[in-house]
Amino acid sequence: MINIRDKGAEVWDTWNRPKRVAFVLISIFVAGLLPFAANWGPTSFLNTPITSFQNVLVYPVGMFILMALGLNIVVGKSGLLDLGYVAFFAIGAYSQAILSTKFGMNTWEVLPIGIAIAMFSGVLLGLPALRLRGDYLAIITLGFGEIVRIIALNSKETGGPNGVAGIPNPPAVFGFKFDLMHPEHYFWLVLGMILLVVWMIRRFTVRRPGRAWEAIRQDEDVAALMGVNTLVYKLWSFVIGAAVGGAAGVLYASKVMVISPDMFKFDVSVLILACVVFGGIGNIWGVILGAGILAYLPDRIRFISDARQLIFGLVLIIMMNMRPDGLLPRKKREKISEKSSK
Amino acid sequence: MRLEIKDLRVHYGKIEAIKGISVIVNQGEIVTLIGANGAGKTTTLKTISGLRKVSSGAILFDGQDISKVPAHERVDLGISQAPEGRGIFPGMTVLENLEMGKFNRKDRKSEMKEDLERVYHLFPRLKERTSQAGGTLSGGEQQMLAIGRALMARPKVLLLDEPSMGLAPMMIANIFKIITTINTELGTTILLVEQNAQQALQRAHRAYVLETGKVVKEAKASDLLNDPVVRAAYLGTGAAGH
Repeated sequence: MINIRDKGAEVWDTWNRPKRVAFVLISIFVAGLLPFAANWGPTSFLNTPITSFQNVLVYPVGMFILMALGLNIVVGKSGLLDLGYVAFFAIGAYSQAILSTKFGMNTWEVLPIGIAIAMFSGVLLGLPALRLRGDYLAIITLGFGEIVRIIALNSKETGGPNGVAGIPNPPAVFGFKFDLMHPEHYFWLVLGMILLVVWMIRRFTVRRPGRAWEAIRQDEDVAALMGVNTLVYKLWSFVIGAAVGGAAGVLYASKVMVISPDMFKFDVSVLILACVVFGGIGNIWGVILGAGILAYLPDRIRFISDARQLIFGLVLIIMMNMRPDGLLPRKKREKISEKSSK
Repeated sequence: MRLEIKDLRVHYGKIEAIKGISVIVNQGEIVTLIGANGAGKTTTLKTISGLRKVSSGAILFDGQDISKVPAHERVDLGISQAPEGRGIFPGMTVLENLEMGKFNRKDRKSEMKEDLERVYHLFPRLKERTSQAGGTLSGGEQQMLAIGRALMARPKVLLLDEPSMGLAPMMIANIFKIITTINTELGTTILLVEQNAQQALQRAHRAYVLETGKVVKEAKASDLLNDPVVRAAYLGTGAAGH
């Protein structure tokens, strides 16, 4: 089967700098036009039947892309199976909810605090959990995800099962209004966050942390033999993933204005993981595509109501059978060099 | 450089895999641990490099007990290992694999070049394959890469875990020749674990025979080569020590 990712990388490699810059700017511009796609004749089929297309683009699509990118650092780059990623999303969301309703802080003030709290909880979970491997790590993270939700469900500060209502939208900046009437502005905000995360991941990947993660993913014992402090680098990937999840949580809470514990169930963790695997574990473009499709599809086929989840599951099963490495798999060096050595 | 293992005991859960081993490796030597499957050779090496925890006993490196030092710091002290089964990063190129061997000293560009040159000089085959993925190399090439990668950190002592495993006879001879070269030309001390005792004893200065977690014999390698009891031991018939 053709590998679009490798083809794309091949073409990209032949380009010079101005060509690359132009391509990136045009791509960002086109992505920025997405909120208007449903209004335009030829692409109006994109329109979602129940919720407005622009709102679907912000949540779930934008948020899921953001979270999938964050989880991809943990699962895709350093190979740690995290089944409780929703916990960081919840921590970000509750930070925004509590700090804004009880302390009157606005979203821009909460954002760094929410990220810091998510990172801190990442350290708290990571320090004991990352000493374990594989299945055991997966079970602990799963437990952590549930603990966070159950704490939110049972404590007074988080509003218990009712959650927190009346979370304010972020105040306007530079004429961009982030309220119900301007979902496209919100989308651009999320798009900006996504670009920031993509840029950050790409920076990391070509530097020492990226090398260390790659080595840990391929063989943790040998990585340690090379002098890689495996615990520290695993913790880093965990904490950076947590930061992205926390940021997504803060934005999410400020968008939906009401949050409750049942929005942060285990199935969200699974769905984000599905986005990563479906798109192409380890490859940011694949993850973005996968998360985009998996987040968008349920809303697009909402008109078939009851059969919706069934169809969704069926699509997943068929796709994973046809492309087990995901839509855009990560670079398969082993295979390329086989070809070239023939 | 002097590596001394004193009455080392290692457990896998409740099972004692190493039952009080003492081994000494002096500067400039090639010392080999031979023995059958399950004798504890690999566990001993893994414990020296820090992948397994010490239950009791000590690992003295230049007189200092390093048994509590984490694995990644032992590399900086000068202990490098080419692990069992070669442990190549299959998705990284030959060059990237070699660079990983110097992970903690990556910033020194000139030193990196020097070390790469040294490895390429020892293994010209690797130079031809710099940009090829580690996973696509042949078994012999992977072994060269594993040894070359371990040398990148400029080790004082090189731990080799069954370098002949799964290789063709020609390649085995080749690898053992290079082991001698590393010892004589670079002056690197080598602790070699082998099932191919014939080859190992021909290359080593001294040898220890391991059997079910204990040292049953220690002697000059050349003496052991002609010892009928040892021949039986490394062939795994278990005649020695009973």
